[in-house]
Amino acid sequence: MRPLFKFHGGVHPPTHKAESTGRPIAQAALPSKLVIPLHQHVGNRAVPVVQVGERVLKGQVIGRPEGRLSSAVHASTSGTVSAIDMQLVAHQSGLPDLCITLIPDGKDEWIAHSGVDYRQTAHTDLRHLLRQAGVVGLGGAVFPSDMKSYSHKHQIRTLVINGAECEPYITCDDMLMRERAGDILRGAEVLRELLYAEEVLIGIEDNKPEAIAAMQQAVLEDKHAHMEVIAVPTLYPGGGAKQLIRVLTGIEVAAGVRSTEMGVQCFNVATAYCVWRAIAFGEPLLSRIVTVTGNVEHAQNFEVLLGTPVDELVAQAGSKPDTERHIMGGPMMGVDLPSGSVGVTKATNCIIEASSRLFPPPPPALPCIRCTRCADVCPAELQPQDLYWFAKARDFGKAQEYHLFDCIECGACAYVCPSHIPLVQYYRFAKSEIWQREREAQAAELARERHEFRLMRIEREKQEKAERLAQKEKAALAAKASAPAPNPEPAIAAAPATADPDDTLQMRIDAAVARAKEQAAAAQPKNTDALTAEQQAEIDAIEARRAKIREMAAHAGADDEPPKSNQG
Amino acid sequence: MISALWVMVGISLLLGAVLGFSAIKFKVEGNPLVEKIDAVLPQTQCGQCGYPGCKPYAEAIAKGEAGINKCPPGGDEGIHKLADLLGVEYVPFGEGTAPKPKAVAFIDEQTCIGCTLCLQACPVDAIVGAAKQMHTIIAAECTGCELCIAPCPVDCISMLPLGEDISSWKWQYPTIPLVQVAAQ
Amino acid sequence: MWSSPFITQPSSVSQIMLRVLLALIPGIALYVWYFGPAILVSIALASVTALATEAIMLKLRNRPIKPFLSDNSALLTAWLLALSIPPLAPWWMVVVGTAFAIAISKHLYGGLGNNPFNPAMIGYAVLIISFPVHMTHWLTPHALGGTELTFGEQLGYMFNGALPAGLTLDAVTMATPLDTLKTQLHLGLSVDSIRDMPIYGHLAGKGSEMVAIGFAIGGLYLLFIRIISWHLPVAFLAALFATAGVFHLVDPVHYVTPLFHWFSGAAMLGAFFILTDPVTSPTTARGKLIFAAGAGLLTYLIRAFGGYPDGMAFATLLMNICVPLIDAWTQPKVFGKKGGGK
Repeated sequence: MRPLFKFHGGVHPPTHKAESTGRPIAQAALPSKLVIPLHQHVGNRAVPVVQVGERVLKGQVIGRPEGRLSSAVHASTSGTVSAIDMQLVAHQSGLPDLCITLIPDGKDEWIAHSGVDYRQTAHTDLRHLLRQAGVVGLGGAVFPSDMKSYSHKHQIRTLVINGAECEPYITCDDMLMRERAGDILRGAEVLRELLYAEEVLIGIEDNKPEAIAAMQQAVLEDKHAHMEVIAVPTLYPGGGAKQLIRVLTGIEVAAGVRSTEMGVQCFNVATAYCVWRAIAFGEPLLSRIVTVTGNVEHAQNFEVLLGTPVDELVAQAGSKPDTERHIMGGPMMGVDLPSGSVGVTKATNCIIEASSRLFPPPPPALPCIRCTRCADVCPAELQPQDLYWFAKARDFGKAQEYHLFDCIECGACAYVCPSHIPLVQYYRFAKSEIWQREREAQAAELARERHEFRLMRIEREKQEKAERLAQKEKAALAAKASAPAPNPEPAIAAAPATADPDDTLQMRIDAAVARAKEQAAAAQPKNTDALTAEQQAEIDAIEARRAKIREMAAHAGADDEPPKSNQG
Repeated sequence: MISALWVMVGISLLLGAVLGFSAIKFKVEGNPLVEKIDAVLPQTQCGQCGYPGCKPYAEAIAKGEAGINKCPPGGDEGIHKLADLLGVEYVPFGEGTAPKPKAVAFIDEQTCIGCTLCLQACPVDAIVGAAKQMHTIIAAECTGCELCIAPCPVDCISMLPLGEDISSWKWQYPTIPLVQVAAQ
Repeated sequence: MWSSPFITQPSSVSQIMLRVLLALIPGIALYVWYFGPAILVSIALASVTALATEAIMLKLRNRPIKPFLSDNSALLTAWLLALSIPPLAPWWMVVVGTAFAIAISKHLYGGLGNNPFNPAMIGYAVLIISFPVHMTHWLTPHALGGTELTFGEQLGYMFNGALPAGLTLDAVTMATPLDTLKTQLHLGLSVDSIRDMPIYGHLAGKGSEMVAIGFAIGGLYLLFIRIISWHLPVAFLAALFATAGVFHLVDPVHYVTPLFHWFSGAAMLGAFFILTDPVTSPTTARGKLIFAAGAGLLTYLIRAFGGYPDGMAFATLLMNICVPLIDAWTQPKVFGKKGGGK
């Protein structure tokens, strides 16, 4: 037996997992439309590369990755793009984001695709394939996998495959391990190869004996060397990457430190599965397993096309009429969805249908009595009561000093708080407040720099002008000296010359204003005929961005006073 | 009695020498207060304070010539920060100087005639363009100072308030129902 | 919008406080057994006063009354105060002490969770400074077989200040064992000869030692159900034992045994119920050890060398002052930042 390690704290909330493990993974029905957000991953939003009205095939790239940290977005099935616009997305803010809406044609027609033999392929190409296939961490962090699967030789000893799945209600990884263990391990092998890792440790919480058995069986059958399936104690948040790494290897990865620096990398089992599908079959990430549970007739796991509206998905599990809200994720760290119309994303591991019977609203909060139950359960070993105090007092400097950003927002503190204080919400508030201040400070710094540069430039131009004038004068003097016919006042000649540009500018402006008024309506850019498809796509993208800005403006304008077009 | 007097005189001479020495040794270049005030100001360079930029306003505050409530873009929080920094009382905004929601300028490119007047007005060079060419605003660098609006001869510049999007969205301060006064 | 976590453990402040109240019951039962039911009247009186004061203060502070009144924290303050003062204390003393504890030392500092000092100990300190004579008249335990007041006579004294004809207060009350020890030592007696006096039992004072054991049993229950952490009682009792032990070993003629200190006065009550008040004790594990050890040391020093027979209350209050400092000093290293200088 491998010695396991412990992490501090943790809680044992009721697991509620049995409800959804009774049935095998079902294929969710093809929805009437797909709302596919272009920002389903950490990093830059993908840029749309299709046009409204275009027919796309299943697996076709509809959003290309933009910049280093980004990932591709694909059409989950064949059909027609009906809109590229701002739609509500699965985000706590309830704000819209750029989405591509796709009307499926029911044919589910694949684009041409094929896999590669990962042993015969350069690592750089494999990583490029992962990026183009839109593979991101499916455990919830949605970090692009290509960025995580890079390492120098002998830098990484251990690859941790995370099958812990510690949050209550969620069983998507459990079911995936039970049914598709082989592909998960093959994907893990690809990742091991990419990272040059020496060993692969697969951590699964001991409340999933079937998954452990299936994975162990698959290790034996496929004769995977360097792989070990390890049952870890059931303790929330034991499925957090840092916590699982700690339990399996004893290594503590501090906040702000990359685990690769300490010789470990961690991937979720579902990510490993998608890696295999992408590399071996050329299948991009088009669907994922989603647990639908809570206030439903028959809780179950579904294989769901990305973009499937939550409403259409939960109907298939028999969502009960007294459901009040949809929670995406688990009850400890999940997101209260703004609407049932949002599309399933790569981060959607679970939809919990919530009613006030299942999830009674929290009782009113009492003051903190400093009982430190929160500190007892905090897996990051923080002092949550102090952080709460500082966040409440908006003393953000002090909060940072007390390691606010080491908080992983697991919710264990708020779970045990006898005063029912929404602790995590205070930490999130403080964090986003600090981030905003940093953004503002950066913007101010930029503005200061640019303003100072401008002042310097104006000064320089003035000087240059003065020098030119002086030179002219000198030349004139020299001319005067040499010429027999003297120019009476060179200064006067110079004066209108300097004044002249302004006058003519004013005249030109007046003329232009008149012209503009004449043609105001008929204005049409001349360079928009005869465009290549690429240019057109670019213009569309720009139009989309503009639309977003206008949308934002309209959104803000609705809350505040209407935008003023003029000062005063 | 006399000896005590001498001791006192000696001590005061000694302390005076120490003070004088440190004044020379640890002389502070420039006026650090101006820098500190300038760091608090939002750098919009809008001139709404009546000074031609944030730095001049900072200098004026440091000299005690200007009040701390003349900077609408800095918001209420800015006044609080200045009050804290200077150790003075908080002063609310005067009439008509209330802060507006953060906005960026937007040029209606169909109407723009390319006169470059706005380029000259922009304090942070956030407008791109040349004579007779259409101008456009670099939104990321626009401070929302509105200085470009007045010079435009065809009124093609408008201010678009910056709404929240997902990347700039903030978690709200948790509202605890208990803090509410018991409803009677 | 509602944010995660969406589930919470079914625990509450009122439940925690209720458990602490329950844990006091063995001690109270033994108290009644050895000293008669007068203490129950004190407790009841203090409870009513505490709840009334709490309600008035909440009203004045414009806070909702029901959730705070039902959090049981005021009741706990009342019980602890009543158990700290003599059972025969006149009714107005109980009322004044409790009202002061709740109104001044709790609500003027911002109410539940915000008071820097233990309210019960503030109440006790106010009473012992203001009415020192009344605070020294403790009931004699049944076991001594002296003159005893009936329950009715006890009530008569508490509410009217009248004793049955022919009885003086000194005849029916006595000083506490700690007080007697101090007085006798001043008179030049040795510890051994004092301990032979009839008021002393096996460990400390007759009767009161059993009450201390009762509180210890309740405290162990609280430890068992994890309402309190072990750091506070262990560090306090260890520090008290160690200090008393050193003095006793050096000079057994003038310094009593550590066990005597453990089971005298408010030591057990303090170790398990007073120091463990979460609001006024440190939050870090190391901080708790320092805080409680400091309180143990101070308690001993006050008992042995100070002007008051028992030092629990003042030791607690003095250490309460240090709590923010202790907390700031003892911040533990966080996850991943323990090894080396990182």
